[in-house]
Amino acid sequence: MRDHVDPLRTDWAEVAAPAVPACRVAVSDLTVTRDRKTLLNIPTLTLEAPGPSVIIGPNGAGKSLLLRLIHGLLPATTGQISLTNPSGGGAVKQAMLFQKPVLLRRSVSGNLGFVLRQQGVPWRDRRARIAALLAQGHLQTRAKQPARSLSGGEQQRLALVRALATGPDLLLLDEPTAPLDPAATREIEDLIRQISASGIKIVMVTHDLGQARRLAAEVVLLHRGQVREQAPTDRFFALPRSTAAQAFLSGDLLR
Amino acid sequence: MQNFAEELRAALLLILSGDPDMWSIVLLSLRVSLTATVVAAAIGLPLGAILAVTRFPGKQLVVIVVNALMGLPPVVVGLTVYLLLSNSGPLGVLSLLYTPTAMIVAQVLLVLPIVTALTRQIISELDGEYADQLRSLGLSRMQTVPTLLWDGRFQLLTALLAGFGRAVAEVGAVLIVGGNINHVTRVMTTTIALETSKGNLSLALALGVILILIALMVNAAVAATALRAQRFSHA
Repeated sequence: MRDHVDPLRTDWAEVAAPAVPACRVAVSDLTVTRDRKTLLNIPTLTLEAPGPSVIIGPNGAGKSLLLRLIHGLLPATTGQISLTNPSGGGAVKQAMLFQKPVLLRRSVSGNLGFVLRQQGVPWRDRRARIAALLAQGHLQTRAKQPARSLSGGEQQRLALVRALATGPDLLLLDEPTAPLDPAATREIEDLIRQISASGIKIVMVTHDLGQARRLAAEVVLLHRGQVREQAPTDRFFALPRSTAAQAFLSGDLLR
Repeated sequence: MQNFAEELRAALLLILSGDPDMWSIVLLSLRVSLTATVVAAAIGLPLGAILAVTRFPGKQLVVIVVNALMGLPPVVVGLTVYLLLSNSGPLGVLSLLYTPTAMIVAQVLLVLPIVTALTRQIISELDGEYADQLRSLGLSRMQTVPTLLWDGRFQLLTALLAGFGRAVAEVGAVLIVGGNINHVTRVMTTTIALETSKGNLSLALALGVILILIALMVNAAVAATALRAQRFSHA
């Protein structure tokens, strides 16, 4: 029983009118092998949907691993990942949000100021930028508080706007709402929608099928390190073609 | 026991009377040990942090040696510095033996391994948490050092206080390289040793009480720091 990736590439111009051209992630002949075990084997995968590309799959499927490879935190055993801006303008800048936000032991503004300084934003411009980012994350009243004293949802919102402070073309999100309650999840999802609408390409890993349905332009199903299906969201949920996707959606896909 | 109570009473009176000789000893002690701690911090904090974030062959060995040096016997340090600074030694021309500077040098050697080893440990742990995030933000390994030092500031302060505590309470090294010269190199611990052997127990006790008070204040500072650290690192 070997599922194969749907060879029919989606013509995104027909499915959805792209608001702003987003960056494109192309993976070819990618494999990761550790201790003679193949953790990831992706002959080809292109993420170019105008909205978020959401990667789903059971635990251990290689979802987080793929994100880390794209971000350059880990080396691949073989293969290539190329990132391109459709406008052709320069190298793709990317940021990543980790499952558990890693906030610096500083104030909320201090966390944003750190990244802005790192980006070379001159001192006199930083205050205005910090204020704008705080407003975007609805964190204005928290500016002076130690970042780690915030609630889980606030921490993840701060981590999200801090990632934006780097001015990314591509934003990688690794289960950004996993430990959050529904209200906090909703706030994060709203923020992700805004970010996507502003033209930043989002590639996201989630366990939450409802979230995939709400946010994704396209869904990629990973299972045992292989892409089993890639499809526009509506089609994926209405008519999953691969047996793996059918099993996953009915809750029968085991590790 | 009555003898002890009387001596203690005399000692407390001495402290309260503000005896200038006694206080000059206390001040010299603080000056020597604080300076040694500051110098050790200036070297040990970056050194420990770099040791934490870099990888090189033999690193494990260096870590083991630095950790072992934390327990360096003060008399051995005193002897080594004495040999270096004595007139016939390689640094004899500097004429530093029996000066407060020589005592500072000896205490730096005692405090430096403590600061370096504790810094490495603290920064190593913090790095485990921060490494991916800082790399994601575009920092090179060496660039992460100032960030890690700043974010570990409360714990690192505890390491410095531990180093200061060791320096101020140490007697062997300062005795050998300082010589316990009245009004020049006489510090609390060496005075206690001398006055006890002379039978002047009230002065020895008075200094002992002050030394314990300093230890208490250092520990109170550590506790306050830990409280503040909790506010910032509370996850």
